[in-house]
Amino acid sequence: MTTPQTRMSVGHALRDMRIITRRNLLRFLRMPQLLVFATIQPVMFLLLFNFVFGGAITFGFGGADGGDYINFLIPGILVQTVVFGATNTTVGLTEDLAGGVIDRFRSLPMARSAVMGGRTIADLVRSALVQSLMLIVGVIIGFQAASWPGLLLGLILALLFGFSVSWFFAALGLTVRNPEAAQGASFFLVFPFVFASSVFVPTQTMPDWLALFAEHQPVTILTNTVRKLSFPDVPIAGGDSVESLVLRSALWIVGLIVVFGWLSVRQYKKVVA
Amino acid sequence: MDPTPVSPEPIIRAVDVVKRFGKETVALDGVSISIAPGSIYGLLGPNGAGKTTLIRILTTLLEPDGGEAGVAGVDVLADPVTARTKIGLAGQSAAIDGFLTGRENVEMIGQLYGLPDKEAKVRAADVLKRIDLTEAADRQVKTYSGGMRRRLDLAASLVGRPEVMFLDEPTTGIDPRSRIDIWDIIRDLQSDGTTLLMTTQYLEEVDYLADRIGVIDRGKLIAEGTANELKSRIGGTVIEVVVPDDQRDRATEVLRRVTAEEPMFEPNKRCLVVHAPDGSRTLMQVVRALDEAGLTPDDLEMHKPTLDEVFLTLTGHAAEAAAAADDGSNRRNMAGRSRFGRAGR
Repeated sequence: MTTPQTRMSVGHALRDMRIITRRNLLRFLRMPQLLVFATIQPVMFLLLFNFVFGGAITFGFGGADGGDYINFLIPGILVQTVVFGATNTTVGLTEDLAGGVIDRFRSLPMARSAVMGGRTIADLVRSALVQSLMLIVGVIIGFQAASWPGLLLGLILALLFGFSVSWFFAALGLTVRNPEAAQGASFFLVFPFVFASSVFVPTQTMPDWLALFAEHQPVTILTNTVRKLSFPDVPIAGGDSVESLVLRSALWIVGLIVVFGWLSVRQYKKVVA
Repeated sequence: MDPTPVSPEPIIRAVDVVKRFGKETVALDGVSISIAPGSIYGLLGPNGAGKTTLIRILTTLLEPDGGEAGVAGVDVLADPVTARTKIGLAGQSAAIDGFLTGRENVEMIGQLYGLPDKEAKVRAADVLKRIDLTEAADRQVKTYSGGMRRRLDLAASLVGRPEVMFLDEPTTGIDPRSRIDIWDIIRDLQSDGTTLLMTTQYLEEVDYLADRIGVIDRGKLIAEGTANELKSRIGGTVIEVVVPDDQRDRATEVLRRVTAEEPMFEPNKRCLVVHAPDGSRTLMQVVRALDEAGLTPDDLEMHKPTLDEVFLTLTGHAAEAAAAADDGSNRRNMAGRSRFGRAGR
């Protein structure tokens, strides 16, 4: 025998990751109810918030005529979309664990990292698709970025943020394990972060204790970053500069990936032992 | 290492394997097996006996708390990555993706075995043909029957051409017809030179398929041998002969001559009972001898030991775990097969 192989080559691992990613995306495309849930639901959210709340919300933002709510809303919606999208990581992982698929994968001479890598990347691709759809619908109902290159950069940051949140949900799924419980837990966790944030309304009107949380939590920071990148001339509450916002967003993304990537790998080893 | 190495070198080897779950549960309490290349080894035991735990250790899914494990000359614990290139695993959970087609499933497993995409395609087509799933290959697996899924599960592992296949209860919960299909595939694999380790709750299954059988209970291997060795150890098959009272003495004499043992008279059923170490062969000898002696039995029955009897004899306790957790219809199916199934094959 040759020397024991304990690691796979990078090329090998990337190929395995591509295979698993493809498999996860095929599953997604072939579950019509999931496809509908993943696309129509966020569009509905966007339309409801814009047309139901939009009229009552009087502050302007970034528009030529003093601002429209849609211009305020879309950057937030783009961040909200990736956060909701990331909950799929929990659902997919726990379902695979329960079905014995992961055992099958582990008995094969494939890269260990491909199972979770393929999962989080598939969820990233899916989030990118939903995000594009949201942006198109947004433009149809009147969204106009002041800086489209800025918006594009913000979009990429939001996607990377979604990827980092996926690792949090991977760790959660591997800890909770039961698919139904994991799904329940992920919604329970997502709602406060999405609603107690600057996604739908500015944080200033919130009570102090809530504003303290809302202003410093990552969903707000990402939302403000996408907003500032898309509308460089409109002041953001708190007066943060675009550089500061991008830096803090990047720190959150890297931090989440490092901490929960490590935790996921640890939990994965524990779950399968 | 063994002081007296058996020839040929075993292809699957476990030495004093111990696995605990938590502080209380001892899943495996020092299990040793060695399996010759090209053979089928049947691991028989009720649910919770440790069968699946042993398979999980041998397939690198689980690390034991003690002992050694090797497959195809590779130390499973020291070099799991190489070990995985030698093995295939098909489980009772049928880890097949319902939203993918049969072909996509098999091709994907082939790719994950490290085959180039083109070769994975070619081999997947071969394997699907071999298990008679070509027609259904491009349908999503969720439309398959339980038996088809199980066949596909087997096929998916074959695509990597593993030297050693592990089958964890490959026929639990499927209909008798599909069970026979799976048995045929297993036989077919063996004739190709693949070594198989399979677990089951059905004595009938290992009796038919396995070259050697290990009986596992509460984490310990409590008996091992060929089907015949095992059956003779647990009492084996018996023949029950009912003759009119006035013919009993002559029948007793005939049975004594054929089986070389003293027939037992069972007063409740008014039948004579002898062991049948060679199964139907003994039965035919008995029938012939009775016929030659001009005796016509009112009833003649061959009775095989059931799993419950195996357990009762070997462990002193019934296989209640198997009986309780198993679904009743399967057990009835198996029992039905043991009466007439063999003659039909």
